[in-house]
Amino acid sequence: MLEADNLECVRGERRLFAGVGFRLAAGELLFLQGRNGAGKTSLLRMLLGLLPPEQGEIRWHGEPIRALADDYRAALCYLGHLNAIKEELTPLENLLAAARLADEELAEDEALDALEQVGLAGREDLACKYLSQGQKRRVALARLVKEKRPLWILDEPFVALDAAAVEWLAKLISGHLQGGGLVVMTTHQPVNIPAGAVRELRLG
Amino acid sequence: MFKIILAVIGRDLKLALRRQADIVSALFFFVIVVSLFPLGVGPEPDLLRQLAPGVLWVAALLATMLSLPRLFADDFRDGTLEQLALAPHPLGLVVTGKVIAHWLVSGLPLALIAPVLGIQFDLSAEALAVLTLAILLGTPALSGIGAIGAALTLGLRGGGVLLSLLVLPLYIPVLIFGAGAVDATVSGLGGEGHLSLLIALTFAALGFAPWASAAALKIALE
Repeated sequence: MLEADNLECVRGERRLFAGVGFRLAAGELLFLQGRNGAGKTSLLRMLLGLLPPEQGEIRWHGEPIRALADDYRAALCYLGHLNAIKEELTPLENLLAAARLADEELAEDEALDALEQVGLAGREDLACKYLSQGQKRRVALARLVKEKRPLWILDEPFVALDAAAVEWLAKLISGHLQGGGLVVMTTHQPVNIPAGAVRELRLG
Repeated sequence: MFKIILAVIGRDLKLALRRQADIVSALFFFVIVVSLFPLGVGPEPDLLRQLAPGVLWVAALLATMLSLPRLFADDFRDGTLEQLALAPHPLGLVVTGKVIAHWLVSGLPLALIAPVLGIQFDLSAEALAVLTLAILLGTPALSGIGAIGAALTLGLRGGGVLLSLLVLPLYIPVLIFGAGAVDATVSGLGGEGHLSLLIALTFAALGFAPWASAAALKIALE
């Protein structure tokens, strides 16, 4: 259960938003909407604990995330604008390194299976610098396939994906929701995510 | 705790080996700067012997500086740093791993090649041994202190110059005791005292610097 109360965000001299709050239970999806510059990414960074809110509080299962620190971070998985993959490493190495650094168990055959699901079979051993934008995005998305953490925070996950991949990702997200997970995401594309309760929050 | 440090070291070493140009260019810089001095000041053995510790140490400081701006910049640019900050362990441990990996690809090669370069300065075998030991013990402190500067200047334009202005003054104690150890050995006083102080500096830097860097990185990530 993720709760936010009366959040206020000030960047530089400007106040982006104030009085934002929501409550998200297991199996629910929160769509963050708003024009460019409304503060969607800033709100996501607050939920991640990277950006301290000017005012207000974020709680995970009733406890403030500041106090939970590592325990909260162990429950969340974040996919940002940036792919967080290393150009010099192969998709397989990237996936295994990311899991090890995030303190997650991921066996090599699980990683290979995840790459196959995102359509990168046969490219596991090619350095990522030789992949296209969309393929790099798929390497980043492959992390979600075996992800068991309950809270997913996704910033524009559909960018650079083709139609088939958008549909695949929507299915993956709805599968996660059906398994009792929580998802907070922003997107400018109209995407239909089957099943699960969908909440919307409009900023600005 | 050690698992995460080892994971970071393993990843950074793998990346460094795929990008060998970075390691080799810092090493060549060191070799060339040191080799220019005997050519510039002339073949006077007494003068060269006197210059040797200072020249080798200053060149080692500058060579270490070369690779510092990239310590966090690559991870910052591709989003990996965010993921590391969101991993469920203290960011200071991650930085400790990165500092150790930085030393393995920058400080360690310098220490290994230093005795060969010392021969150009007509140093005795004993002085060469102390020089190597001093560089081996002092360079981890350089990587540690440098990490603070690299974290503070992360994401700034022209951060490279600012980084040298921030970090080089902090390198002065390492320079004094590092060069002093060789000087003391040459003059027959024995360099043990200087070496002990270098070890103390290295431990202080490795214990303290990662946490200061982690605090600076968190500000950069806001």
